[in-house]
Amino acid sequence: MSARTLFDKLWDSHVVHVEPDGTALLYIDRQLVHEVTSPQAFEGMKMNGRKPWRLASLLATPDHNIPTADRDKGIADPVSRTQVETLDANCAEFGITEFGMNDPRQGIVHVIGPEQGFTQPGMTIVCGDSHTSTHGAFGALAFGIGTSEVEHVLATQCLWQKKAKTMQVRVEGELKFGVTAKDIALAVIGRIGTAGGTGYAVEFAGSAIRALSMEGRMTLCNMAIEAGARAGMVAVDEKTVAYMRGRPYAPKGEQFEQAATYWRSLVSDAGAAFDAVLELDAAGIKPQVTWGTSPEMVVPVDGRVPDPAHAPNAVKKSDWERALAYMGLSANTPIDQINVDKVFIGSCTNSRIEDLREAAKVASWAVAQNRKVAGNVKLAMVVPGSGLVKAQAEAEGLDKLFTAAGFEWRDPGCSMCLAMNADRLEPGERCASTSNRNFEGRQGQGGRTHLVSPAMAAAAAVFGHFVDIRVLANEVMQ
Amino acid sequence: MKPFTRLDGLVAPLDRANVDTDAIIPKQFLKSIKRSGFGPYAFDEWRYLDHGEPGMDCSARPLNPDFVLNQARYQGASVLLARENFGCGSSREHAPWALEDYGFRAIIAPSFADIFFNNCFKNGVLPIVLKAEIVDKLFRETADAEGYRLTVDLAAQTVTTPSGEAFAFDVDPERKHRLLNGLDDISLTLKFTDQIQAYEARRKGEAPWLFA
Repeated sequence: MSARTLFDKLWDSHVVHVEPDGTALLYIDRQLVHEVTSPQAFEGMKMNGRKPWRLASLLATPDHNIPTADRDKGIADPVSRTQVETLDANCAEFGITEFGMNDPRQGIVHVIGPEQGFTQPGMTIVCGDSHTSTHGAFGALAFGIGTSEVEHVLATQCLWQKKAKTMQVRVEGELKFGVTAKDIALAVIGRIGTAGGTGYAVEFAGSAIRALSMEGRMTLCNMAIEAGARAGMVAVDEKTVAYMRGRPYAPKGEQFEQAATYWRSLVSDAGAAFDAVLELDAAGIKPQVTWGTSPEMVVPVDGRVPDPAHAPNAVKKSDWERALAYMGLSANTPIDQINVDKVFIGSCTNSRIEDLREAAKVASWAVAQNRKVAGNVKLAMVVPGSGLVKAQAEAEGLDKLFTAAGFEWRDPGCSMCLAMNADRLEPGERCASTSNRNFEGRQGQGGRTHLVSPAMAAAAAVFGHFVDIRVLANEVMQ
Repeated sequence: MKPFTRLDGLVAPLDRANVDTDAIIPKQFLKSIKRSGFGPYAFDEWRYLDHGEPGMDCSARPLNPDFVLNQARYQGASVLLARENFGCGSSREHAPWALEDYGFRAIIAPSFADIFFNNCFKNGVLPIVLKAEIVDKLFRETADAEGYRLTVDLAAQTVTTPSGEAFAFDVDPERKHRLLNGLDDISLTLKFTDQIQAYEARRKGEAPWLFA
């Protein structure tokens, strides 16, 4: 057989049937379920008297609407509460495993899947959420679907799919101190644009990707959707296998070794051809800050807000003008002179233990310097991705560092990434955020979002404006 | 699902790139556990001057006079003309639900985001990709002629202007068949039950841990 890409291998091993026009019926190994995109799917199942095809393939948790403070008081917003209660009721009725709001394992679906070992290499994984691409970090084919397809997978364990084209994003060399997976992701999107990956399954490869932790790879694959890609993925290596070992849902004993042998084959063969290849030099990537209302509107922290007069075409020019007006920014403003009102550290992009450790280094440095969150910052919040991440961070004392530096330490959930719960920006407020989307109104109507890495967000909290983490790196990142 | 065959509809232009699903239907409306009733909240933050919340009576809300869909000439439009990467962002199917409930049955753009594109077909909404030059031309003609209409013929795969100029578009045969006939995907897929079970049996032999 000719050389195959990782994507080819994942695809080939899941095809159940192919129609004459190439549309394939693809078997789905896992579906993660949350409260926002599932109620109408369960309603459809009930109306047609259908049952889930395979219960063991499903894991549910509420995350989008969940409060991150005073959880013992329940959910104040009655509409949010109904949605979460509807998930509870549907899971109980259909017999689906759910980590409910007060379960210590509850968290963001894309954090708990890998954490539990429910996400495994070689699987097809779907969820009614675009950031399902996260799970591709394990050498899996993972992508977001709409509610009709949520129902379709519940009922049939399959999806109709056209095979995507393949793109390799190859990042070679060593990242500079203070530069993270988040910065790679934003740099790639800045290069190819938010539609640059449309129609492609993207494999991230190269020495800089091999050097990333599993958490870093998850951050990178998470953002693949912001480049428009169908899926993001990273080949399996020993880090992947080591991460899986001992996870609650991972195979055990002899079966683990059998699985690991298979997992190690989940790499693109030497000489496999991609439809497109993008190469980046890791050493050339600087910490990134978005300035506009699309993740592709991004510059390095030592850069300036761009001038629409220099936009490459008329459509971009009007986009940039509209973005500057919405963001309340003037062309040519240096990024490190932009003040922030709020700071959000969390989301399925950056709420794992490694992310919190990076941000906590800044908090720890601030405490040692007798500094706190700056006076102009109204709120700096840290929202762990799951109950288990929270417990781990507390065991390491990170919560104490954060609170001593003036950050709020919250309970896990999606929180201010999309502001479906009570955590949100007020009109005109500006936020340094470790989340994934800076769309208009994303974090609250009229709110202004700048996407950054966890350490950059923490530093913005302490200084009250963006700062180049590399300048602080020698002091902070000890 | 409502079948889509042929549509002769008033065209409304939305002249901006990268319109995301947060803009099409803001997050507060995602709290609904229903599939219908999203039309009055489509483009809520652009369309109204106040802040919208689920359950609000939109007939009493102040409209934003600067938002193009609020212009009298575009009322009753069923064809939306848009720019590149329409529907990017979240996988929320509430976006096509809102557009369909608003009255749009066809969306024409130079490109669409993947998940949104797919979601449209599940809801009787036809997303049509035309070359950027053609979309530009349609934007100009829509601006120049009040009451500008387009005819979309799915069987023939054409978009026809009032002057009779016809533009061909591509659509997957399988999707076309399902949309033309308003077929329910799940019932169709369940006809493959034997193949799905055979796949599972084979896969269980190769990789038993997947079924543990």
